[in-house]
Amino acid sequence: MIDFTKKAGFNLSTRHRAEQRFQWMGRSAIAISLLFLALMVGSIARDAGGVLRQAQIAIVVDLGAAQVDPADPANARYGAIVKSGLRDMFPDVSNRRDKKRLYNLVSPEGGFEVARKVAKKPDLLGGPQVLWLTASDDLDQYLRGKVDITLPENQRQVSDAEIAWIETLQSDGQLRRVINWGFLTNGDSREPEIAGILSAFVGSLYSLAVCFALAFPIGIGAAIYLEEFAPANRLSDLIEVNINNLAAVPSIVFGLLGLSIFLGVMGLPRSSPLVGGMVLALMTLPTIIIAARAALRSVPPSFKEAALAMGASPVQAVFHHVFPVAMPGMLTGAIVGMAQALGETAPLLMIGMVAFIVDIPESILEPATALPVQIFLWADSPERAFTEKTAAAIIVLLVFLIAMNLIAILLRRKLETRF
Amino acid sequence: MSVCSNLTVAAALLAIAAPVMARDQINIVGSSTVFPFSTTVAERFGKSTDFKTPVVESTGSGGGLKLFCAGVGEDSPDITNASRRIKSTEVELCASNGVTEIVEAMIGFDGIVLANSRTSPQMTLTLRDIFLALAKDVPDGNGGTRPNPYTTWDQVNGDLPAVKIEVLGPPPTSGTRDAFAELAMEGGCKTFDWIKALKKSDKPAYKALCHTLREDGAYIEAGENDNLIVQKLQANPDAVGIFGYSFLEQNSDVVQGSIVEGVSAEFEEIAAGNYPIARSLFFYVKSAHVGVIPGIAEFLAEFTNEDTWGDDGYLADKGLIPLSAEERETWSAKINGLTPLDM
Repeated sequence: MIDFTKKAGFNLSTRHRAEQRFQWMGRSAIAISLLFLALMVGSIARDAGGVLRQAQIAIVVDLGAAQVDPADPANARYGAIVKSGLRDMFPDVSNRRDKKRLYNLVSPEGGFEVARKVAKKPDLLGGPQVLWLTASDDLDQYLRGKVDITLPENQRQVSDAEIAWIETLQSDGQLRRVINWGFLTNGDSREPEIAGILSAFVGSLYSLAVCFALAFPIGIGAAIYLEEFAPANRLSDLIEVNINNLAAVPSIVFGLLGLSIFLGVMGLPRSSPLVGGMVLALMTLPTIIIAARAALRSVPPSFKEAALAMGASPVQAVFHHVFPVAMPGMLTGAIVGMAQALGETAPLLMIGMVAFIVDIPESILEPATALPVQIFLWADSPERAFTEKTAAAIIVLLVFLIAMNLIAILLRRKLETRF
Repeated sequence: MSVCSNLTVAAALLAIAAPVMARDQINIVGSSTVFPFSTTVAERFGKSTDFKTPVVESTGSGGGLKLFCAGVGEDSPDITNASRRIKSTEVELCASNGVTEIVEAMIGFDGIVLANSRTSPQMTLTLRDIFLALAKDVPDGNGGTRPNPYTTWDQVNGDLPAVKIEVLGPPPTSGTRDAFAELAMEGGCKTFDWIKALKKSDKPAYKALCHTLREDGAYIEAGENDNLIVQKLQANPDAVGIFGYSFLEQNSDVVQGSIVEGVSAEFEEIAAGNYPIARSLFFYVKSAHVGVIPGIAEFLAEFTNEDTWGDDGYLADKGLIPLSAEERETWSAKINGLTPLDM
């Protein structure tokens, strides 16, 4: 005779053990994934911390009439004025090589900063003024202890002479570190100390806006037609199979398509967020259509049937009763698609958005770049200080992403109907 | 319905796009090696003049020239950067698309360094060592070739350390790889007399032998990101990395350049032309766009200013190795005079 108790696993302690085992496996899986996440975010956050503050250096600049013509302050040679201010601080620096090192304490941006300050506050003119100017990336790295001074002089970026000057400046209170707002308000730059994320952020924002404006209505329209109105025939099946396939096509293919159609045939401006958004829209369309169809399908058929039974036309039944209930699901699908688009660089490469853009784009037709592209370009730059910028840019991208997901959750909460 | 909305949107987009086609911004494409220098000049140019900051795209030398040669007009780039000289096939392609007048500009040099971690002893290599360590096929000593048998450096040359040959370098799509193959590999290859003779008798065979890197894992393609190679060298003291001089300069606290043919990879040595693995960097300007797109002539003037590309110019700070003073004078006259390229 067969022992059914044993065969079917009726032994209680064995079953409990199995359950415990499974639960522990699940918990450790979650723990491991959390650990990796913490490692990733932790290492990025540690690197990005350096961007929070930026060193500044106080320099006496001579803005007297001999240097700056009060009638035409815009054309003065501010770069030279800053350099002579530095020379006055350390008068015993004489040879060419040392002078060059001395000038390197201040960011090459220093002269432009003085010009901007003068333009903003013309009453600075007329005599010597103490101005706080952005220090160079090397000085900043030294102040933060990132330079190993035990190494021989030729193996580090900051020479002994520079260290002596920095120490003097520090003891005289002519150095300070301030909150680095410039990172959020500046465009890209080849000088790490003034490079900012704004041009890439605005570029991403414009591209996503174009992408949403195109992909959402088209995707929802296509989904409603395919799900509710399309006749069940071979053509519909073919379209459905193709949409599912398109969702899996590598994104670079959409970039190539954009290059040949939007730039080649339609002649739209290269590097612009308009084209970027259109390419990203092509890429997200299948995702949105698939998610929207799933959302429509999850609405109980009784809704539509009841509306039809009450004499509503099919269009009325769909738009008055099915669509509002499916809307939160559609939005979620759209946001997931957009989040994916936010992280794309490959298609943007083909349409010229992998570019060095200093000016903040003012419209969707001006050249722009995007956040992930900016991360890629900074990660590829030789200057050490760009490592921190890269990490900080990743954080900005993550915050952008979290904000998008938050909007999706809030919208869903607000729109969701419970039944 | 979807088709209908599709068409409306497309029509609307065309309508807003049409009137803004006049470009008032210089468009630069091309080499990722020249990118850091080109962008620095573009940024300064944008800040110190009333012109908009030029847009600089990093497309690679070949990709840049392809875009550049696509035609004349506002939708094609004005300038392309290249880490090698334009090829005659590319000049023909340009000409067939109406780009007949091209101005060539040589802007400086870039040294390609072989570096390893500071924790290991510095390497002293000859070009022949480099060729023997990295070529796919090497001479067998009897006038023929055999697949590369060497696994450690001391097998190549008894003076070198007994560590595994492990070299991290750029992939075939990179201009740095082309230059490395041409200068270092071919340079070492032709130190064998019979191979040098082969160049005259069978050029394709010569090129295949000299330029082909081994594929058995001793040469590791590390991608285009040179920072990544530097990080890998720190993690693996036995490995040697191949990258541009500016990355060595910025990371001199953790990696050291090898001495090649008795010359160390230093700024002065590369500038003096003593370091054997150095290449020239270029950009090319479309003459037809000068005067049409605002600012090109002024941009060229900014680039050829002594404060920019001179010995103490700001490009030298970024790692560009300047031309000699006489060369700068000749090139400056050619560039600013828009002298057409003559192959």
